[in-house]
Amino acid sequence: MSMLHTVNKSPFEKDSMTSCLRLSADGSSILLIEDAIYAALDGTSVSDSVKEAMKSKKIYALQEDINARGVQGKVMDGIEQVDYAGFVKLVTEHDKVQSWV
Amino acid sequence: MKLSIQVNEGPYQHQATDSAYNFTKAAIEAGHEIFRVFFYHDGVNNGTRYTTPPQDDRNVVNRWSELAEAHNLDLVVCVAAAQRRGIVDEGEQERNGKDGNNIAPGFRISGLGQLIEAGIQADRLVVFGD
Repeated sequence: MSMLHTVNKSPFEKDSMTSCLRLSADGSSILLIEDAIYAALDGTSVSDSVKEAMKSKKIYALQEDINARGVQGKVMDGIEQVDYAGFVKLVTEHDKVQSWV
Repeated sequence: MKLSIQVNEGPYQHQATDSAYNFTKAAIEAGHEIFRVFFYHDGVNNGTRYTTPPQDDRNVVNRWSELAEAHNLDLVVCVAAAQRRGIVDEGEQERNGKDGNNIAPGFRISGLGQLIEAGIQADRLVVFGD
């Protein structure tokens, strides 16, 4: 059973991303939206933990929210960017959706 | 596929209601059925027709109403959260002796049972909020 996790807050504002990384099962997918985009950037204090998580989990980030923040060039390699249609597709492709609001 | 959406955040607060709207629209465009959009906590503030945002800003409430009309969506506002925040329809006006109502077109006020049903009936429940 595969689960999609969504995170919408910056890891520098709330610990929902940390909780998600800690509690999500290996093989699950994590979609970063809204201010959680900041967790997708390279060179931050959380980049290493996100890279570590990427060894066992697939991480996606919402393109619209990356572009809105002007950080297109800073997204870490290995993070797949999706648009809203891709967001919908991820929801349907996973058995369950857990929103870390 | 049948999808339900839960919105826990009010309009113009952060980004959750915009994300929920964009997701709902994309899901409809992809041919999915929206079983229900349930507005909970501060999310009930999406359902007042008395908002008047500046002309150059998006009208979050009207946007939901228009989407509901175009695609026959069921927009449900949680009654207990609505009572706390002053979201009133005709029935609530009558029951609580208020001097008016403010529910926006396409929205209806009901209970948490509607959220449970949305979770059971839909294939996926996606939550947006703070």
